[in-house]
Amino acid sequence: MVPLSYYLILSGILFSCGVLGFLIKRNIITIFMSIELMLNGVNLSFVAFAAHWQHLSGQIFVFFVMVVAAAEAAVGLAIIIAVYRTRETLDVDQVNLLKL
Amino acid sequence: MTENLNLWLIPILPLIGAAINGLFGRRFSKPIVSAVALFFSGAAFALVLRVWSQFSSLPLPHYEFLAHWIRYGNFMVNFEFYLDQLTMLMLLVVTGVGFLIHIYSIGYMWEDASYYRFFSYLNLFMFFMLTLVLAGNYLQMFIGWEGVGLASYLLIGFWFTKDSAASAGKKAFIVNRIGDFGFLIALFLMVKHFGSLNFSEVFEKVGPLPVETVGVGLLTSIGLLLMLGACGKSAQIPLYVWLPDAMEGPTPVSALIHAATMVTAGVYMVSRSHVIFDHAPTALTVVAIIGTLTAFFAATIGIAQTDIKKVLAYSTVSQLGYMFMACGVAAYSAGIFHLMTHAFFKGLLFLGAGSVIHAVGGNQDMRYMGGLRKYIPITFWTMTVATLAIAGIFPFAGFFSKDEILWRAFQVNKVYWAIGLFSAFLTAFYMSRLWFMTFTGEYRGDQLQPARDPDGDSQNHAADVHGHSHDSAGHNSHGHDSHGHGDPHESPWVMTVPLMILALLSLVGGFIPVEHFLEPVFANGEAAAVETANHGLEFTLQIISVSVAGLGIFLAYLLYMRRRDLPQKIANGLGSFYQTVAHKYYIDEIYAALIVKPLVEGSTDILWHGVDQGVIDAAVNDSAVGARHASDAARHMQSGNLRSYAGWVAAGGAIVIGYMIWMGVSR
Repeated sequence: MVPLSYYLILSGILFSCGVLGFLIKRNIITIFMSIELMLNGVNLSFVAFAAHWQHLSGQIFVFFVMVVAAAEAAVGLAIIIAVYRTRETLDVDQVNLLKL
Repeated sequence: MTENLNLWLIPILPLIGAAINGLFGRRFSKPIVSAVALFFSGAAFALVLRVWSQFSSLPLPHYEFLAHWIRYGNFMVNFEFYLDQLTMLMLLVVTGVGFLIHIYSIGYMWEDASYYRFFSYLNLFMFFMLTLVLAGNYLQMFIGWEGVGLASYLLIGFWFTKDSAASAGKKAFIVNRIGDFGFLIALFLMVKHFGSLNFSEVFEKVGPLPVETVGVGLLTSIGLLLMLGACGKSAQIPLYVWLPDAMEGPTPVSALIHAATMVTAGVYMVSRSHVIFDHAPTALTVVAIIGTLTAFFAATIGIAQTDIKKVLAYSTVSQLGYMFMACGVAAYSAGIFHLMTHAFFKGLLFLGAGSVIHAVGGNQDMRYMGGLRKYIPITFWTMTVATLAIAGIFPFAGFFSKDEILWRAFQVNKVYWAIGLFSAFLTAFYMSRLWFMTFTGEYRGDQLQPARDPDGDSQNHAADVHGHSHDSAGHNSHGHDSHGHGDPHESPWVMTVPLMILALLSLVGGFIPVEHFLEPVFANGEAAAVETANHGLEFTLQIISVSVAGLGIFLAYLLYMRRRDLPQKIANGLGSFYQTVAHKYYIDEIYAALIVKPLVEGSTDILWHGVDQGVIDAAVNDSAVGARHASDAARHMQSGNLRSYAGWVAAGGAIVIGYMIWMGVSR
């Protein structure tokens, strides 16, 4: 059996990749994907713990996260398309009309 | 309490007068201002006379309660009035002389622009002085004590546009503060140990205590602290320095406050507290030594002064020294007797000096007077009476009181007597010097012009500034220009009548049996001394002191009448010693160097630059600057860059997780 720590380390790596991508990428789509990566990293730790403790709540939480992520993806992609239509760019640093 | 005399009315009346003149006087014409001031001070005098008329039928001491003031547990202070023979005498002197000086001031201050302000202050002074004298407890006395200090400050600095007057007022106030500190500590000690400030209660508690013959016990401490207070108020060594400077005030003020009444408050206070002093012989000895030294010391300074008011100021200090000498040998009634006669003749001398200054148009330097006898005969004659009185010539008032003091001092310690006698000689000398320089010879007022040169020496300068300020402050005697002043002229009758009344009092005041009158008050402490009186010896001593006074007058006659060239030669011969005396032993300079300068520099370097700017201001400023620097560093976190925020969030998360992992590992 694969030990729990392996899952957690992989989950940490996934999450860190997500954070890193979120911080250094400028393209909104990439940022969006980084967020998904973080969510999935978390999901992985949830299921790992669920399997480890033989407890269902971890898996149930993963479903919640997936639902939220799906909703977020739908809304987020809609916003991205709307932004692209008006600004003709996907660079977040260019989308700064509301900044002081 | 048999009868209610409404004693509270006596001090309140002048306060009303002060309020009316102070608040509305600006709109009144001068006659109305004078009428208000005279009415209220006169009414106080009339009330005192009424009390006096019922005095013999009163059970003494008479006590009147007005209102509660402070109640704290068992400790209680009331507004209350205490009337005994001592109070009665002081009331008569304060209101009587005060009223006369009010009358005189009408003439003297008539040309002053701030006429109403002067009378408002003068009435205010009467209020506080009467509060002081009538008080039934030490705290109420302290109100009056501080109040007369305030009135004195206001009146010394009356011509406040003149720098020297303003600083003289401040000097008086600050020096008095040192004495007040002692008085206040003495009050605290009384509250702590006797639980009361009421005269009767304190004295009852002191009565059974043993006499503190050795060491400094409670009563000795209280006595010494009270004496410190008295030293400030009554201008004794080492706190006398303010009184000569106080002569910057208008002359009636010098007469009323700085000769007749306020400065004697210390003598009154010591006499009032005689029960305490009787139990503290050490404190009494200190009182006697201070008094004797002051009497002598001030008299020597008086010899070399050329400003007519300065001579009188040092003479006042010296005479106050006599009063303290009397208190110090437990001859309180003699001290109070001298207080009364001194109020008469010194009040008269000051008013006379005012009349002289008025006559010569503002000049105060005696070197530019002379020959005034024929110009101002009334002033001349009244001043003559006062001079003889202060010199102690029989049968003038000063003879009786001063002799009584010397006699009582002789019985206690011959050193006091000897120094007192020599001071009496000096007194006779410098007063006759004043008299000869002012009234005899030729009028030297026309020599004044060169001396008004601003480069004149410091002594002239003092008189100078005064002369000018009269113009600038609107006090220009009878509209004359002080430069082009014609022949000296006699003062109007409002000024000469008080002079004549006071002259009469100086003439007969010595025959008033004050000591017999005061006997009930001081009975315990004094009885023994009176019994042992040896009349033959007393008579011999009287002869000695009169001849000594005569000698002083003769010497002055010799030097300032016969051989006018001699004083200058003697002064030159004495050289530096004369300079030292003429500069008042450089006491002011020594105080400035030893006390004022370190104080100013310490305040500047340590308190101002060190504590205030370095600690208090710095704490405020540095915390503000620190906050700004910290914000300066922190504001870069809020760049508006969304991803940097996310970075901070991630970093924060990483730190929290790292911490948790570390905790887990270390467990």
